[in-house]
Amino acid sequence: MKVRVLFFAGLREQLGTPGEEIDLPVGVTTVGGLRGYLSEKGNSWKSALSEGKLIRMAVNQDMVQQTAAIKAGDEVAFFPPVTGG
Amino acid sequence: MKISVQSQDFDLSEETRFLSKDKKVGAIASFVGVVREVPMTLEHYPGMTESSIRKIVEEAESRWKVMDCTVIHRHGALQPGEQIVLVAVASAHRGDAFAACEFIMDYLKTQAPFWKKEHRPEGARWVEARSSDDQAAERWQGPTRKKAG
Repeated sequence: MKVRVLFFAGLREQLGTPGEEIDLPVGVTTVGGLRGYLSEKGNSWKSALSEGKLIRMAVNQDMVQQTAAIKAGDEVAFFPPVTGG
Repeated sequence: MKISVQSQDFDLSEETRFLSKDKKVGAIASFVGVVREVPMTLEHYPGMTESSIRKIVEEAESRWKVMDCTVIHRHGALQPGEQIVLVAVASAHRGDAFAACEFIMDYLKTQAPFWKKEHRPEGARWVEARSSDDQAAERWQGPTRKKAG
């Protein structure tokens, strides 16, 4: 299952990428699952995405919780708590 | 409803003039956020930014008698003293306009995907979210505040 993953602000800088298309292994079916899968990609990924880090998530541009389901073709974004206004 | 995420500046009086075209409008409450002290760059999530602001305005419209609303948020490089954000709400009476304007601003702070990076002499750093902003948004989650006049 392929999804498009996006990173913003400090998270994008820490990971050194604005995002990529990822082919997910069977069993990764939620945003939290995807976060765990990505955190295994290397040291900077582990430290940026670890459980303790305050990260907001969106699926198809709607803010969601970790338990939200993902499906093929979804746009999944990870970013720090927002600071606009 | 007008929602714009743009790099260029905006003109408050031009926006309020537009909102007062409807002769049933009796009140326009507006808020302008300004860059304080430190130069900054604003990043956002194109697409989600606009849709999240739209949802916030729709929520305000469901709570108060809002006749029209304009939200403009700038992105890119901004210097101290420059305008960042405008929320202007038109209503028949001031109570609805004041409350909706404050609500939209409080929610925008915690829901709209913008991030500020400050450029200080000692280096650039991402601004951290403040829990006081979360608390400001949360206070709207109880019963709707009593309307003034």
